Amino acid sequence: MDAQHRKRKLTNAAMSTVTMLCAVLAISVLLIILAYIAAKGFSAISLEFLIDTPKPVGEGGGIGNAILGSLMMTILACAIGLPIGIAAGVYLSEMGDGWYGKFVRFIADTLTGIPSIIVGIFIYTLVVLPMGRQSGLAGGLALAIIMIPIVARTTEEMIRLVPNSMREGALALGAPKWRVTWNIVLPAASTGIATGAMLAIARISGETAPLLFTALNSRFYNYFYDQPMASLTVQIFNYATGPFDVEHQLAWAATLVLVGLILMINIGVRYLTRRRY
Amino acid sequence: MENKIEVKDLDFYYGKNQALFGISLDVREREVMAFIGPSGCGKSTFLRTMNRMNDTIPGTRVDGSVMIDGNDIYAGGVDVVALRRKVGMVFQKSNPFPKSIYDNVAYGVRINNIHSSKSDLDNRIEKALKDAALWDEVKDRLNTSAFGLSGGQQQRLCIARALAVEPKIILMDEPASALDPIATQKIEELVVTLKKNYTIVIVTHNMQQAARISDRTAFFMLGKLIEVNPTQKMFTNPDEKMTEDYITGRFG
Repeated sequence: MDAQHRKRKLTNAAMSTVTMLCAVLAISVLLIILAYIAAKGFSAISLEFLIDTPKPVGEGGGIGNAILGSLMMTILACAIGLPIGIAAGVYLSEMGDGWYGKFVRFIADTLTGIPSIIVGIFIYTLVVLPMGRQSGLAGGLALAIIMIPIVARTTEEMIRLVPNSMREGALALGAPKWRVTWNIVLPAASTGIATGAMLAIARISGETAPLLFTALNSRFYNYFYDQPMASLTVQIFNYATGPFDVEHQLAWAATLVLVGLILMINIGVRYLTRRRY
Repeated sequence: MENKIEVKDLDFYYGKNQALFGISLDVREREVMAFIGPSGCGKSTFLRTMNRMNDTIPGTRVDGSVMIDGNDIYAGGVDVVALRRKVGMVFQKSNPFPKSIYDNVAYGVRINNIHSSKSDLDNRIEKALKDAALWDEVKDRLNTSAFGLSGGQQQRLCIARALAVEPKIILMDEPASALDPIATQKIEELVVTLKKNYTIVIVTHNMQQAARISDRTAFFMLGKLIEVNPTQKMFTNPDEKMTEDYITGRFG
């Protein structure tokens, strides 16, 4: 083995180790957080905790209504945000090369960077004030607005990854452009689009600020969108900022539930959009 | 034989760059016409004017006329979708859809609503796959992914997909350039068989291939058509010095 060869092998070994350590570091931060949440929260989780509504300090109480509220508002946000976001992403990638596309892309990027509390204030003036009260509707709308630009931009990127040769193949068979987009491009990009949607869902599931003004909170089970609605994040915020240790315990448990829910959504969407062909 | 395609004084531009200069050329019904020439000579661009595939590239412009069955395909009001159904295309790189083998071949039939029933669709798919000499290899795995096929099989699948919509003309853009010699041979045999029913225009880098399968050959250089002649004459006694230099490997 000559000196050149030895040096190359050493460099290779060193760089491989460094990159591997960085990967371990990045993953371990996540694992530590998860382990910490699990350790702190697991003992407080019980069936009552998952079903009950909040009660005065010392009497136990749970987050059942908050879980329901979070799910209801996330579903509303998805129902509004996913179609608009995905459609906008399709437009940007397939037709958005002109000035209007550039403009929309710029606005979407700006919107992604806006602090979410501003979205809350926006919905507050637009929906809460005219309605005269906070509501699940307002909360869901605020989350939808946060979602749209994220979904639009990830969808665009994912669709751009679909090779152009596939579009040409379909066009050459006499397919109109909309059909090429609908049944060739979108299915080919579906896994990527689902990943983008999931990132957006994970992001809005963790939002607290925009819900403070819009959905407020509620101590009761609420099945209707026109009333103030509890959410996991706001409930965690309330528990965590309370003065008693029992409340902090509940906050940890609620955090664990939130993380678990996001994980389940993640696995579910991955399963539904797994590559079949 | 009648002229299937008649091109007159065709100029083509990518933005400000002119890629084709005053090309006039006829393709006869049920012949195999081969386009040869060095890279960048415009043969693929020219091929793509015949089903208006270049329309999908922004900033391109066409002057002159391309007549198919006597109708100018660049006239106003021409339905590009109907045109492409009549003029099928096979690309250099096989481009199956992320679907099953069956659905790949069915795609064009379904979107054009050619079939009358499910069993009719099945028959059409079987026929297309047989015509593309692929049926025996895939008949037991029609519902598996098209990506599981080998490169040569994928390319024949793309040919089957084009045949299934029953075009009159098939454009082939270097269909065998990414394939090994055995797969190439299969494609070449296929072209010769398909000639009975279809008019075929094939772009190729491989001059032996042009010599083996085509009836007439057109030689392009720098966006100009240098010479069109029966293939045999082209490769033995070309009219133009430039053609001879290219064919004998003096440049290119």
